[in-house]
This record gives sequence, structure tokens and C-alpha cells, in this order.
Amino acid sequence: MTDLRDKTAIVGVGATPYWRRGESWPRTITEMVGDAILAACEDAGISVKEIDGFAYYSSANAGYGESMETASIIETLGIPEITFTATLTGGGGGSAGALGLAAAALTHGDATYVVTVMALQQAKQRLGTVFAASAPKPENAFLQPAGLAGPGHLMALLARRHMHKYGTRREAFAEIAISSRNNALNRPTALKRTPLTLEEYFKADLIADPLCVYDFCLETDGAVAVISCLADRAKDLRHKPVYVTAAAHGGSRDWGRAFAWYNMPDEIFASSGHASVAKRLYAKAGLGPSDIDVALIYDHFTPMVLMQLEDYGFCAKGEGGPFVESGAIRIDGALPLNPHGGQLSEAYIIGMTHIREAVEQLRGTAINQIAGAEVALCTGGPAPIPVSGAILRNTL
Amino acid sequence: MTTARALPGEHIHIAVNEQTAPFWEAAKEERLVAPRCGDCARFRMPPTPFCPHCQSKAIDWVELSGKGEVFSYTVCLKPPFPGEVFPFVPVVVSLPDADGVRLISNVVGGDIADVHVGMKVKVAWNPITDGWKVPIFEPDHGD
Ligand SMILES: [Zn+2]
Repeated sequence: MTDLRDKTAIVGVGATPYWRRGESWPRTITEMVGDAILAACEDAGISVKEIDGFAYYSSANAGYGESMETASIIETLGIPEITFTATLTGGGGGSAGALGLAAAALTHGDATYVVTVMALQQAKQRLGTVFAASAPKPENAFLQPAGLAGPGHLMALLARRHMHKYGTRREAFAEIAISSRNNALNRPTALKRTPLTLEEYFKADLIADPLCVYDFCLETDGAVAVISCLADRAKDLRHKPVYVTAAAHGGSRDWGRAFAWYNMPDEIFASSGHASVAKRLYAKAGLGPSDIDVALIYDHFTPMVLMQLEDYGFCAKGEGGPFVESGAIRIDGALPLNPHGGQLSEAYIIGMTHIREAVEQLRGTAINQIAGAEVALCTGGPAPIPVSGAILRNTL
Repeated sequence: MTTARALPGEHIHIAVNEQTAPFWEAAKEERLVAPRCGDCARFRMPPTPFCPHCQSKAIDWVELSGKGEVFSYTVCLKPPFPGEVFPFVPVVVSLPDADGVRLISNVVGGDIADVHVGMKVKVAWNPITDGWKVPIFEPDHGD
């Protein structure tokens, strides 16, 4: 097996502003993608004409119902030749894993600078009710009639099972929402910058019991791009390289379509679906949970953060509630989690803000810098497979 | 007390294909059926072309008792349709006489506050568009 450990690095990161849902209109997806790529090239200190690869995830969809088209992107940006363009399948579960797709291309000599990008614009269709809005298909005839309008409603059933099985409390979900909000307070890019109290949390309506509005991520617009290249080349660029120590994607048939079929075995039902990928990721990296200095955990819904913490081995299965309630995920805790405020309080760009924050943390330039951070974990969304994770570091 | 209610059928649409038609045709007659592998005799839901255990395409459609157990549930604040706003209860129901395979449905009848994991339920039917019916579940008091 080819060992890709630390063979590639992230050398540039760029983003548009983050907007509230629909407010990026009338910009087009191609324009937003282009803005993010140009900013990432500027950050890396390369010309956009040097880009020759694209490694997407989410089937290169921009949210649901829009798509990112390599041909359109290179036509307008004047990128002369593309030697690799591919995507992971599925949806937001692949965000961190796309760095592995880029690494595969780079280490096989198929490209020199590979872009991973996501743009999201929710002007026509918001993700919060995407399932209620989708056309009937034979497969979702076994799901849609139950009235579960969006991803949060679907994942409420996983959260409920976790509460039943392990005694997990809503206080644990609240702690994830509140600690993320605390991290967003000082961030100019964050769309939520007012403190959230436990009292406010418990006063909110339950949109889908046990989840209230604060358990749902924000609905936002924006684009984020990162550029990867071989580690040897990265050393000569503008910033300290952020090495892709390992990336893994996939998932088990037992998880499969997850909250679109609900036939997972019990332990996997009340999980994030990441356990098998996490195990493989750590093995590829030669690292374990105790090596992680900062965790950028995909936070579309608070219970799924808790379940990822279990699946990535930061606590035992079923212990996610007490673990977060102990204060462990606070900025000054044992496992600082989402110092950028995450998708719950900064902005939701389908996982890309986590990669951006990992890069800033490992360059030492983050707004809420974790002192001495050397190793970061990034995860993709608990979702129908693939799910994914990546471990990045700044020191070999 | 807030009674758990069915969603308005006029807003519910389904599509049907070769694999799923026997389920929905039986549902029209208010019979709950599930596909069981014609070779290894294991159930699966929803219906798919192959048995995931032995890859056989042979299927026996077995009529079930309609009894189920709530595996998980949520209470949603409002239906995802225009019109009346009322809370409703999506559930994952396991079917004990089909190897515990699960359906995604709603609990109707009885107090919403009484819905719990492990609750015994029995099938009922909600008429929807185009003459189809979808299975929903009522509390089963064992009568
Ligand atoms: Zn079989």
C-alpha cells in the first residue's frame, strides 16, 4: 500500500464573506467559487493559472440543487489545462475526505495544485426543508410520508435513541451549542455573536424533540476553497505547510443511508456512523485521539457532535454526554472543539469552515488560537456514506 | 393532553417501482406486508432488488400482524405543508414478526406525551393522494 502520510499539504485557503441564507444572491455559484479560489491562490502565493486539479465532495453539488462545474470555473478564471477533476460521492459527509482525493491525485502525478471547494447559496431552496421539497421517488416513499422535513428532523430520531440508550441529557446538547457560541463571540466572520445562555436554550421551542433551534446549524451562504500540493513543493510557498497526515472516507453498510433508512443495528443507529472510518484514519496517521490538539468536528446538529466524539474515541461509547458536560470541549478544555464557532455559530459551508480553521490553527494565525496546536482533526458530516475524516499537522 | 394526529393525506405523494409495488398494492388493501428472501428467508426493508445476505432476487411477500414497537421517535412542531399547524409524531417502528426490520411512520391517537421508546403499537392506514394508503401506527393496548 502506498503510504500517503504527510506526502501532501494545504498551502492556500480562501473564502468569500459568509452571508445569511439567500443573501449571496444575485451572485452565481461560479462567481462565489471563483472568488474563493482566487483568494486561496493569493494566500498560497501562486497564480490561478497554475491550478490544474479539482477534488470535490458532495458529488460536486453546491448544497442541493446547484452544482459546481469545472468547465465553467476554468473558462471564467482562465485556467489553461486541467489534468484531474473528480468528486467523492454522497453529500457533506465527504468534506474532510476530499483532501484524501486531492492527495491521491497529487501523489500519482495527476496534478500539481488541486483545489477543494464548496459554495452554498440557499436562495431557491433552503436545506432546512430540503426533504419535504424533494420530488417523490420510490426509495423515499418509505421516508417522506412521515413528514420529516429536513436533516435536523431526521437526526432527532438518532438523538432520541442515544438519550434512551445511554441517558444522554439535553444539557449535553446545550453545552455544545453554548461552547460554540462562546467561540464565535469575537469573530468578525461569525453570523452569531451574542452569548447564548442555558436558560435561553431551554426556553426555545422544540422544532423536532429533543432538538431546538440552537441544536440546528445556521443556514448560510458562502464559498471556501483550499489548495493542496505535494509536501516538497509546499515548503517553498508563502506559508508554513499544513500537512495532510491522513484522510479517510467511506463507511459501513450497517450505517449506509443512515437517517434515510433507519435500519442500522442499534449501536450504530445511536452513532455518527464514523466509527469504522475513524479507526482507519488513526491507523493511516499512526496517531490516536490523545494526539489531537484541536478538533474541528462537523456540527450540523449538536447530538451528532457528541456521537462523533464517541466514534473518534475521545470518550467511550455512550459517554459523550458526561464528556461534553465536563467542560472538555471548551476553548480551555482538554479537547478544544470548533474554536471558530463552527456551523452552529459562525457559518455553515458544508464542512469547509472546519478545514479553514484547521489551517489557521496549524499556522498559528487563528483568532481563537490554541497554544501550541500541532495536530488537528477535521471531520465530514454524519450523513449517508461516505463519511470522512482528516488529520492535519504542522510538524513532521 | 394533545392528541397525536395523522398528517393530511392530500399533501402526501409517493412514487412506486417494480421492487416496491407489492408493498403499496397491499397497503391499498390495508394489509401490511414485508419482503422476505425466497432463499435465506431473512426480511429486509425497504424493498430492494437483492437480498443483502445472500444476493438472491427471490422474494416472498409476507403478510404481517401489523404489530410494532417504537424504536425511536420525535415530536415535530408543525407539518411540512401549508395549512393547519399542529404537532405530530414521526417514529421508527420495528416489526417483531419481520426480524425487527423498521418502518418510518407516524404514531396517531393517544396523548403525544405518552409516546415513548418501546411503546407497543399496531398498524392503521392514512389515505393519501392517487388512491394510495400509507401505514401509520396507533397505541396497542392489547385488546
Ligand atoms: Zn437471502
